[in-house]
Amino acid sequence: MSGLLRYALQRLALTVPMILILLTVIFLILRVLPGDPVSAMLGGRPVPPEVLQSYRVKMGVDKPIPAQYVTYIGGVFRGDFGSSMRTSTPVLRELFSRFPATIELAIFGLLVAGILGFSTGIIAATRADRPIDHGIRIFHIASFAMPLFWLGLMFQVFFAVKLGWLPVAGRLGGDVAFTFQPVTGFYVLDAIIRWDGQSLADIVLHLILPALTLGIAMTGLLGRMSRASMLEVLGQDYVTTARAKGLRERLVVTRHALRNALIPIITVFGLEFAVLMGGAVLTETVFSWPGIASYLMRAINARDYTAIQGSVVFIALFISVINLIVDLLYSAVDPRVRY
Amino acid sequence: MTETRETMPIRRSLLARAAGGVTKGLRGQTVLKVGLVIVIAFMLMTVVAQIWPSMNGFHPTKYRDGPRLEGPSAIHWMGTDQLQRDVFTRVIAGGFASLVVAFSAVALSMIAGSILGWISGYTGGWLDRCLSLFMDAIYSFPSMILAIVLVAMFGSGLSPMIWAVGFVYIPTYFRVTRAESLQVRETTYIEAIKAIGASRTRIVLRHVAPNTVNAIMAVSSFNLADAILTVAALSFLGFGLPPPAPDWGFDIQNGQKYLQSGSWWLITFPGLMIIALSLGFGLIGEGISDLVNPKRRHKLG
Repeated sequence: MSGLLRYALQRLALTVPMILILLTVIFLILRVLPGDPVSAMLGGRPVPPEVLQSYRVKMGVDKPIPAQYVTYIGGVFRGDFGSSMRTSTPVLRELFSRFPATIELAIFGLLVAGILGFSTGIIAATRADRPIDHGIRIFHIASFAMPLFWLGLMFQVFFAVKLGWLPVAGRLGGDVAFTFQPVTGFYVLDAIIRWDGQSLADIVLHLILPALTLGIAMTGLLGRMSRASMLEVLGQDYVTTARAKGLRERLVVTRHALRNALIPIITVFGLEFAVLMGGAVLTETVFSWPGIASYLMRAINARDYTAIQGSVVFIALFISVINLIVDLLYSAVDPRVRY
Repeated sequence: MTETRETMPIRRSLLARAAGGVTKGLRGQTVLKVGLVIVIAFMLMTVVAQIWPSMNGFHPTKYRDGPRLEGPSAIHWMGTDQLQRDVFTRVIAGGFASLVVAFSAVALSMIAGSILGWISGYTGGWLDRCLSLFMDAIYSFPSMILAIVLVAMFGSGLSPMIWAVGFVYIPTYFRVTRAESLQVRETTYIEAIKAIGASRTRIVLRHVAPNTVNAIMAVSSFNLADAILTVAALSFLGFGLPPPAPDWGFDIQNGQKYLQSGSWWLITFPGLMIIALSLGFGLIGEGISDLVNPKRRHKLG
């Protein structure tokens, strides 16, 4: 366990220079290019220079760039991400309050992708080169080529507007929004904690379309990897042995092949998380989902430097942690891997 | 000597297939052929879109070409939008922006990423370590989010999109070419060339770079497929061409407003175009990967 702990700490230490580099790139690009939060806020209105200067002082953009950089980086290392230049609320507090919405969306999206991708991949592999295999592979490739925001909109048109089965957007319906009191910010969990069936139903209904959108867009990669991995395992000698001793094909697949096919797929889950966060930006935009991605979008439009930087660092940190967990999970699934 | 024999056919095979024996190389490559047909069709479509207005009178940016927000009909094959423009005319013209940005951005990142990758992989040392760390930092971050942040800062339009998308993909090429040149560097024929006294630049350009071409080709087709989606997403978010210009992503964003009233055709058709084009590049990528590595065909999707 100590070896594992040391590995985990080493990995976490390695993320520091990575995030620093990313942050520096973003910081420089934000400041070197024309336009700043003050002009974005004023929107081209003429203002006396002294008023302009007072705004710049207030937002902290009056100092030279190196000084701003040192101040900001120092703050980040102390866990202070600064305050939003637009709303003056601490960036970290805002991010934490919106984080559960994004996580909830990501978890259910991954769930959809996992179930769909894994099952179709396994079915395709066990029926390789038969019509169903070709059909599934086309579905996987199509899921790759599908613009996620478009899929979301099509779902809205069909399930929300045409059929009226599901809400168009948002996390909560109007009447539930008045009565529902969040505890953790993870609404599904909150509704269960509060034992509030009516809210839970509403929350789940709101979650279906965004989770499906994000999930289906992620299915392609996962499905292809599942298929490839399963095919590889099915070609192994021990599978032939299992078949030779007369085991039913179903048992060969579920007992012998499935577990080993799972190992490489776990790594894909880790890799997909970065793509997932990118997809979350679009999903949150299409479904007016109040997560960190929509916070970032608003910050970008207002040129709110601190909020943009904060969101980027936050997302990068989050992805690093997820990748670390995936790595550790890998050693749990595959006993040959030891740290 | 054996290494020379191993690496030479790869160089020759690609050149032969790309230039000389197109028909021979394409035999049996259904996936690649379908992909090529799709992409070429889209390019032709963009050309046709230029003369389309003179052929049937509809113009992609002119208002009042027909009724307002009407579904597909015999005259307006894909319906009309809120400004009474013909959706079909806009859709066939909308591919131009996507193609230009995707090709330019991929070319940009390919050139920058490959050169850095060759140098980094071949020279090694502290330069390699610094560059790798930098590239890994960019690579690990969601490319979509980075592209959005960058394009928002660069401003909207064609060239900001090219720079933003191009920058985001640099690490992809860097990683591929670096890994390949690390391998090539260790071969005996490089040692022999060094012994003859070839300069470092010559070795990188004449001997390291050509060996990475296959990998770059496969990556760039998948990359183009991804670029089409990224460009669409950027213009959907409002960072694309300014309004009257036809642009799939922007047209979808515009259609979103009329979604509640049931105008499904405004978003359906531009979306299908994005899928088809991205699919075309994806299939080319599949085909090239199969050509380069025949073993892969049986392993991967």
